[in-house]
Formats: sequence, structure tokens, C-alpha cells
Amino acid sequence: MHMADALISPGVGGLMWAVSGGLIAYSAKKVRKEADHRKVPLMGALGAFIFAAQMINFTIPGTGSSGHLGGGLILSILLGPYAAFLVLASVLAVQALFFADGGLLALGCNIFNLGFFTCFAAYPLIYKTIAGRSLAGKRLLPAAVIAGIAGLQLGALGVVLETVFSGVSDLPFRTFLSLMLPIHLAIGIVEGLVTSAVAGFIIKARPELLAAAAGRAPIGLSVKRTALGLAAAAVISGTALSWFASAKPDGLEWALFRTSGREELENSGKLRGCLASLQNKTAFLPGYSFKRAATAARPAEKAAWPAVDAGTSVAGFVGGVLTLLLAALAGLWLKR
Amino acid sequence: MNELGRNLIDIGYIDTLSAGDSPLHRLDPRAKLLTTFLFISAVVSFNKYEVSALVPFFLYPAFLILAGELPARYLAGKLLAVAPFAVLVGIFNPVLDRQILFQLGPVGVSGGWVSFISILTRFALTVSAALALLSVTGMNGICEALARLGVPRPFVVQLLFLNRYLLALTGEAERMSRARSLRSSARKIMDLRIYEQLLGQLLLRTLDRAERVYRAMLCRGFDGRIRVVRFSKIGSRETAFVLCWAGVFAVFRAMNISLVFGNLVMGAMK
Repeated sequence: MHMADALISPGVGGLMWAVSGGLIAYSAKKVRKEADHRKVPLMGALGAFIFAAQMINFTIPGTGSSGHLGGGLILSILLGPYAAFLVLASVLAVQALFFADGGLLALGCNIFNLGFFTCFAAYPLIYKTIAGRSLAGKRLLPAAVIAGIAGLQLGALGVVLETVFSGVSDLPFRTFLSLMLPIHLAIGIVEGLVTSAVAGFIIKARPELLAAAAGRAPIGLSVKRTALGLAAAAVISGTALSWFASAKPDGLEWALFRTSGREELENSGKLRGCLASLQNKTAFLPGYSFKRAATAARPAEKAAWPAVDAGTSVAGFVGGVLTLLLAALAGLWLKR
Repeated sequence: MNELGRNLIDIGYIDTLSAGDSPLHRLDPRAKLLTTFLFISAVVSFNKYEVSALVPFFLYPAFLILAGELPARYLAGKLLAVAPFAVLVGIFNPVLDRQILFQLGPVGVSGGWVSFISILTRFALTVSAALALLSVTGMNGICEALARLGVPRPFVVQLLFLNRYLLALTGEAERMSRARSLRSSARKIMDLRIYEQLLGQLLLRTLDRAERVYRAMLCRGFDGRIRVVRFSKIGSRETAFVLCWAGVFAVFRAMNISLVFGNLVMGAMK
């Protein structure tokens, strides 16, 4: 479920970079504080393990299709959530670079979808709650399966929301969601089964490895910091996404239109007039009868669509660069 | 050869490419990283029905391939190998968006087809630029750039270590998986039970290796801090590279060069 550069807008890509960058910086700080030198080569080797394991496929029982390990959950069990998040982020970065899996701009989205939900939501809230501190085999399986499902469902929701907000693909919110969630339910179950099997294997072969990990507190969240981070994310998303979402009738507004029965475009009459006059000035493919066909065939708000580029695109570029700068600044600030 | 083996060769080959010695290879990695990010931001900032204005942007990956003396055919092959994903997600656009956008002679072209072509163009641009960037910079160069751009050190160190052990562990996995397929003639992929065993074994080998590496590092005086070697610095060539390309991207972004060119040609024909 890797997002690709071709399917996201710079606003969404930049925002998710800022969020994932912040999470990387925070996790790095936590890992550094642990000062466990043994972890340095261990994290590197486990990253390579996940990378290699993802290339080995197996048949999913009863379906005939094949699957592979995602890895976020097993990494969290072995390393704890912060180090696991860093390892997963590095694996995704290498995949983006070597195999063009996803892409550089979409990397922020991918790190968030595949890393955040498993390491910081499914592992501490579900796996740790069910499995507890004991290493008894009985609780391991349900804990891993439920956490696997939750992590992948949330990740799939993330993919759908990011795609719809970007507005490049025409897939409507509900259709896309109803495609993604059932697929990832199956993948989540398999992820949980494999995770519990591998963890069970390690418990038998090297019980001392997991004993240390099981004794750790799941996650130390500071309420103040979390609130601060969420507020910052809201401000960035508010300013950045408004440029990309406002003039587009599809995406989230499409979903709003479906749920509320009317499009929230009433107060944008002036904007639409502006855009329509812009459209008259900028012809798309001269020599073909595009201008007439578009205004005649499309409903009012649709007609404004192709012309949106001149106005919003510059803003889009500026917004993309600005958010990237914001991401860099956020990283620098967190690095202090 | 299985998928693992092919990927192994790919990783090794890109490492070889990045060891080249063109002026582009010698440029500070920060300049290349920054320029490629500007490029990708500019490309994805177009609206979804834009195709013609995207075309001039092929100049940048083409420049990287030519100046970096990269094998264009190999990179194109890699591009095609990942294309099915972009096609899969984009192919819904022609189905869902059937509004006729313009007439091409007797054929009406729908918005969905235009946005589908746009997705494929974006895909080709962003992927080829990222692959070319890696091929002229190398993973170590990119890590050096990240460290010097202020990315948190534990993450950079993690990337360096991952890159260092990638080939070793992928090779290990490839041998295990080959041994399995040699012993199970009719079955192409394994079932869950064998997969779990294989993965568990691989994990044990991984942990052993990590422990050996750690001891070897201690023997060589590891004190918990990894030092990233700095090879290059930002000079006039780096500044010129970033500024020139930023200027080019700004012009391509502001003006539809294909359209201007098309108008010129159409005018000359009249």
C-alpha cells in the first residue's frame, strides 16, 4: 500500500513529510536517550532483515494469492516503538530510492501510514494491552492478530485520505475505502499470524531477547507535547490544504457533498468568476475545440476545473516548497 | 533466478553506478538532493489535467542521465518494472471521469484519459529523477547530505547501517529461499508454515550477525558515536547547479513551454 509521488499533491506530501520528519526526530531523540550502543548494529541488521523478508512471498491460506511480512509489529516487539519506527522509516527510504517503491515526496506519507499506526498506535495500545508483560504463548496470537489488523486498517485509511485530499486520482472516498479496507483486513490477519509465529520462534530460541523488550513500558507520551504537536499539525494542514482543497469539487468536498447533500462552494462565487475569466485567457491545447466543449458540456463548478491551474498552481508550488521548508525547520528545531 | 536474486543484482549495480567519476558525481550531494526535491515539488504541483506543461521537465532526468553517464536503457527498464502500480491506480480515472474535455479530430478525449496520461507522466518524471539521483550520488553520499542538512543522527546512522548490511542479509535470504525451492520442485511459492520457519531462522542469523558486528565495532574502539565522513563542500559549482535548475523549473512551472513551442510551430505553418 505504498503511496506514489504521481498520486499526491505537494500540500499533502509536504505536510506528511513534516509530520513524519517530526516523528523521526522525536524517535531519534528517544533512542539516543536510551544510549544502548548494542542497538546501533542491531537496528541496522534488523532493517536489512525486514527488507529481505519483504521480498520472500508465501501463499495466503485458502486464497491462492501471495503475501509478505510488513514488519512494523515484529520490529516494535523486538526493539520497542521508537527504534522500530526509525528502522521502518529507513527501510521505506531505501525502498523508495532503490526500487522506486512509492517515491521521494510520498515517503512522508508512507512512513506515516506504515510506521506510525503500527509502532505508535497498534503496538502500545493494543498489542501491549493484550499481551502484557508476560511472554506466555496464549496471549501472543490474539494480541498480534488484533494489533496487525488495527495497524493495517488505520494505514489503509491513511492511504485513502491522503489520496482523496490530493485529488489526482478520481477514485471517490467511499469506493476507495470499500476497496482498501477489506483487502487490508486480510493482510492484517496474515501480518498478525506471521508476527506471532516469528515472535514465538524467538521466544523458544532466544527467550532472553524478548524478556528485555517485554519489561519495557510501552510508550511514554507527554500530554503537553502531544497537544502541541497536534496543534502545529492542524495549523499547517489548515493553511496548506486549503489551497488545494478549496477550488476542487472532488476529493474531500466530494465526500462532504455526498454526506451533506450540497457542495460547500456557495461563498466561492467570486473565486469562480475569477477562474472562469482566467480560463478564457488561457487556452488549453489551442487549435482544438476545448474551450467551447468544456464550458458547454460541464456543469458550472466543473467548468472552472481545468482553469484552476493558473491560479492555484503557482500557489501550489509555493505551498509545496513552503511546507518542505517548514518540514526542514521543524526538523532543525527538534534537533536542537 | 528468483525476485530476491534479481533485486540483489540491482542493488549491487546501482552501487557500481554511483562509484562513477563524472562532474555530476563529484558535485556535493546536498546540491543534488535539494535540486531533485525542487524538481519533484514542481512536477506534482500541476493540476491533474496537465500533460503538455509537464513534458519539458524531462530535461532534468535526461540531464542527470547524460551528465552522469548512466545507462538510460537500464533505468528505463527499472521504470517499467514499477509502472504497473501507477497504471493500476490511474486506470480508474478514465472509467470514473467520462466528461469529454476536448475533441481530437473526430475522437472525443475524456478528462479521465487526460488525467490518466498525466499520472503516468508524473510517475515517469519523479521515478526517473529519484533513480538518477541515487545513481549519481550513492547511498553513502545521500546519508552524508542528510547528516549535514541536519537530519537527526540516529536516523542517518540507521540508514548507513541498513545500506551496509542490505546485501549481506538479502544474500542470506536469497540462499535460504533458493535452497527451499530446489527441494520443493512443483511449488513455486511456499506456504505459511514453511515461511514462518524460514523467517525465524533468518531472524536468528540476523541477530547473530548484529552481535558479531557489535563486537567487531567494540574491538575497533566504538564509543557510541558514528562519524560520517565529509567528502565535499558547497562551492560555486554547487550554487550554480541549484540556482540554474531552480530557475529552469520556475520557468517551466510559470510558462507552458510545450504550448509556446506548439503555437510557434502552428504560426509558422500558416
